[in-house]
Amino acid sequence: MVRNQTFGTKVAEALLIAALALISFSSLFPIIHNLAISFSSPAKAMAGFVTVFPKGFNFESYMKLFEDSVFFKSFWISVKRVGVTCFFSFFISLLMAYPLSRSTREFKLRDIYMWLLIFSMMFNGGLIPFYLIIRQMGLMNSFWVLVLPMLVNVFNVILIVNYFRSIPKELDESAAMDGAGPWYKVFRIYMPLSMPVLATTTLFLIVTVWNEFMLGMMFINHEDSIPLQTYMQQIVVRIDPTLIKSIEDVKRLASVSDKTLGAAKIFASMLPIMLVYPFLQRFFISGIMLGSVKE
Amino acid sequence: MRGKWSEQIHFNLMLLPGMILVLLFTVWPMGGIVLAFKHFIPTKGIWGSPWTGWENYSYLFDTPVALRVFKNTIVIALMKIAFGFLIPIVFALMLNELRIQWFKRTVQTIVYLPHFLSWVLLAGILRDFFAVDGIVNQFLGKFGINEIMFLGENFWFRTIIVGSDIWKEFGFGTIIYLAALTGINPSLYEAADIDGATRMQKLRYVTLPGIATTIVLVGTLSLQNVLNAGFDQIFNLYNTLVYDSSDIIDTYVYRAGIEEGHYEVGTAIGLLKSGVSFILIIISYGLASRFANYRIF
Repeated sequence: MVRNQTFGTKVAEALLIAALALISFSSLFPIIHNLAISFSSPAKAMAGFVTVFPKGFNFESYMKLFEDSVFFKSFWISVKRVGVTCFFSFFISLLMAYPLSRSTREFKLRDIYMWLLIFSMMFNGGLIPFYLIIRQMGLMNSFWVLVLPMLVNVFNVILIVNYFRSIPKELDESAAMDGAGPWYKVFRIYMPLSMPVLATTTLFLIVTVWNEFMLGMMFINHEDSIPLQTYMQQIVVRIDPTLIKSIEDVKRLASVSDKTLGAAKIFASMLPIMLVYPFLQRFFISGIMLGSVKE
Repeated sequence: MRGKWSEQIHFNLMLLPGMILVLLFTVWPMGGIVLAFKHFIPTKGIWGSPWTGWENYSYLFDTPVALRVFKNTIVIALMKIAFGFLIPIVFALMLNELRIQWFKRTVQTIVYLPHFLSWVLLAGILRDFFAVDGIVNQFLGKFGINEIMFLGENFWFRTIIVGSDIWKEFGFGTIIYLAALTGINPSLYEAADIDGATRMQKLRYVTLPGIATTIVLVGTLSLQNVLNAGFDQIFNLYNTLVYDSSDIIDTYVYRAGIEEGHYEVGTAIGLLKSGVSFILIIISYGLASRFANYRIF
């Protein structure tokens, strides 16, 4: 390509780079600001001088964080929850996707299942019936209430179905000729061939499950068994200066409103996602392409 | 040869675990919507409680609350859709003009990040950010502007809701356009070069038509979100002072239903939302398949 580097294009290029740098910086700024507060001394942070760099640099808030057993308990519950959910969801979605990727000729009931799933994705009973029925099932305060409702993600199943359909039919047929049954084909042919899409859906699920806070908020009363985001939600939302109604509230506020400790907790809760994120990026881009742009 | 019959049975068996979960956690609660037409008595359960017809709806519409939450939901959602639609297009075009690859990748990685963080944590940061003694007010103070209670005033609160949503999602929204941009045939640009097109002309006559289908697709699909103003975000940021501008259907359902125990009222307005949303989804998918050739599966 011929590029004519006139003065005008150079200026335009420089302006573009400056604008993009500024936008990137503002995307990160709130997070950097939070990190800076977490490393500042509580007094300076309360006085409010911190922007991008910590003032009175120290690890005090992180030392306090390590003594906070509730934080680590809920952190561990979230880790366990992500692990268990991803493990079961992986196999359930895989097994659902295979029959659904067959044609109606091969699998008679395919369209009935498919429409049921699509309908369940588009319409729902709303929050209250869901809440009452979970209670009726006796799942209150159980670890499984954090896992079971998240196992089937119809959107993820459709991503896998679409991928399966791109695998050449001949492969399926020749495996059948060699005597492979449906289960053998799923685990020995389709699963190894679709690792990219399975990685995509699993990573999507990790993010969704890690960030989910409603189930813990609605169905778990014990402080000992809430997941991390629910615990953080209690810190962030319940302690709202405009909602103070009693002396107890004021006391509670004083004990947790430590700004630097709060910032440290927020950062520590973000860390797992920020660590898997660079690996995630290349997968989710191909995943989105798979899901949205088709001819 | 294997009998066709046994294969059908195995297919059904494979779907069984997933379908049981869907029936338990999605289909069964759908039955619970009858509560919208009942007077709930906890000891009798959803099915045993007596019918009341449209009473819950007439109660809802006699109070000003239904009008308020519907208005807030639609206004906030439309503002988010309008701004959230344009900015990713402009941003993707800017990135596309960039020649330095490593810089482009770095910018992309950075702007995608907020999408993956939860509103719980971001609300924690934003509350601090926009607090009366927060960094924004300190900055404004240097210009002699008095402290503003950003999260306590209706006008500012709504601005922050829309602004922070765009801040969180605009980067991620560019992915689909960037993908469409890589799909444009390079020979079109070469031809334009030979014809002596300027960069602006190439943008106008090659790039924009090249991503037009994707723009239409995103636009039509966004229609289904007219009643989704963002529960997680508002729930974690709002307070009693700004209910007038920010109480949306979802937050009201949670407050009235779960916190105050008015299950029937919560179900009634929730059903209204589900019903209208369902129609919107059908329309948006219909339009998307018609104008952008989009199909879900």
